[in-house]
Amino acid sequence: MTFRTVVFRGLLPAGAVLALVVVASLAVGAGPVGPARALSVLVGGGDAEARFTVTRLRVPRTVVAIAVGIALGIAGALLQSVSRNPLAEPGLLGLSAGAAFAVVLVIAAGGSVATVGPHVAVIGAAVAGLLVLAAARMRGTGDDPVRLVLAGAALSGLLGATTSVLLLLDQRTADEVRFWTVGAVAGRDLSTLAGVAPALLLGLLLAVVASRALAALALGDDVAIGLGHRPRRVRAIAMLAVAFLVGAATAAAGPLAFVGLVVPFAARALVGPDIRHTLGICTLLGPAVVLLADVVSRLVARPYEMSLGVVTALIGAPVLVLVVRASRLPSL
Amino acid sequence: MTVLQTRSLTLAHARTPVIDGLDLDLPAGQVTVIIGPNGCGKSTLLSGLARVLAPRGGSVLLDGCALATMPTREVARRVGLLPQSAVAPDGLTVRDLVRYGRHPHQGLLRQWSRADAEAVDAALAAAGVEDLAERPLDTLSGGQRQRAWIAMVVAQDTPVVLLDEPTSALDLGHQIEVLDLVRSLAARGRTVVLVLHDLSSACRVADHLVALVDGQVVAAGAPGAVVNPGLVRRLYGVESVVVPDPTHGTPVVCPVGLAARTG
Repeated sequence: MTFRTVVFRGLLPAGAVLALVVVASLAVGAGPVGPARALSVLVGGGDAEARFTVTRLRVPRTVVAIAVGIALGIAGALLQSVSRNPLAEPGLLGLSAGAAFAVVLVIAAGGSVATVGPHVAVIGAAVAGLLVLAAARMRGTGDDPVRLVLAGAALSGLLGATTSVLLLLDQRTADEVRFWTVGAVAGRDLSTLAGVAPALLLGLLLAVVASRALAALALGDDVAIGLGHRPRRVRAIAMLAVAFLVGAATAAAGPLAFVGLVVPFAARALVGPDIRHTLGICTLLGPAVVLLADVVSRLVARPYEMSLGVVTALIGAPVLVLVVRASRLPSL
Repeated sequence: MTVLQTRSLTLAHARTPVIDGLDLDLPAGQVTVIIGPNGCGKSTLLSGLARVLAPRGGSVLLDGCALATMPTREVARRVGLLPQSAVAPDGLTVRDLVRYGRHPHQGLLRQWSRADAEAVDAALAAAGVEDLAERPLDTLSGGQRQRAWIAMVVAQDTPVVLLDEPTSALDLGHQIEVLDLVRSLAARGRTVVLVLHDLSSACRVADHLVALVDGQVVAAGAPGAVVNPGLVRRLYGVESVVVPDPTHGTPVVCPVGLAARTG
């Protein structure tokens, strides 16, 4: 695939979709400010209520959703590449649950949502990632892709149940994190983003560093060694990047499943299997998917909002079924 | 002259040594073929030569320098490897694959260059796959696909090339296609080491033959000098008549039957 095809088949369509959902995210909501009033704010006019709603509520949640989408899309693509498994996804494998559990644990021990930094979530994601990959023995090349997902589902279930127990036992923690544990970008402001930005940027930097060698690992470890790469080190760097990205995303928006599955799946359909191309497209499609889910979450239960985590699951679960039922899983 | 040597090389999978204390010299600029029965350690030896498998003892020397002490990227600029039955992700085109061969010459700060593009074009031409450059690998025949993989190793532009059973699972025409390509690499001054199963094609392509049994060299030299019924019996337990190939003069092994087992 040449650079030209990557641009025309991937970057342009994905960029157009992202632009559309960004406008939709600014224009629509569960409240009284409709598209007409919101769009007039965007062109410089609008009444005071509309201006407040757009600039103080919708712009911050849109920006946070973009950051979360980039993090989860890239994390999914990296995880799938490292585990050579098209079903590997931070939500399904329990990394998001691990990050959430770590945050809840620290809050139950006396912290508050405002003071728990993203590093807690990063550590939680990293530990969960190591546990699930060890459980499914990721290096065995003949491994059944579904087995890793089963190990992840077990870990997710365990962590989710333990998180629930912590919340049941401790009313204060429950009040602090109730909305957060189901996943949301509503009510997030730009200070949320500032808090997780270092982890996010570090994760992205590591992803860029590892991308070329990861692409070579797709040809098998022996070929990659022959080309001068060090597979173990590359996998370690990529997993570290995944932990930073999932930690940042979970700290900002709570655990969101399926985004890391849907986004790389769509990106590969557009530009093929080369991880370097996939990662580029994921930085556009990730935000598009999270924003789309967020917009839907505002519209389906008006005047209330549905939880974002519920909507990503509703979008993602059919894609999971689709991938598993495909005549054969794509080899990565 | 030799570029690649082993000295007391011991290679092991898990705890079992497969190669134990092997001394071997691989002549520069020639085609060396490693032959031997199943499980004799041919592929293990090649993995050791390519530093995919670290030595348990002894060393592999490249121009007199121990491979294990060199940076892996430096080795990759001097030794190219095509492992057995390598697989590529779905949808990867021939040109995409061959471009990977340039990885050892690139880095974070030294990205794709004109020299890389020229090396890729030259490799595509040398392997005779320039017409297939934009085709996905999974749409090619076995022989075409194997030539595409060899083109990747050619693009790596290394003085030493290691190929593990490049003709396995190929029909006769495709085998000759690949072996001719191997000969042309040596004709351009590269040192080629390959593992082959078929004795007659080994004799045809090799300048230098190395026969392994249980990780030990039992014969080494020009095919015409080392291949005889005694060697065939020792390697495979097969009685045979060895005759010269009517056109090339290289030895051809005509099996008669299994040798009587003695002790």
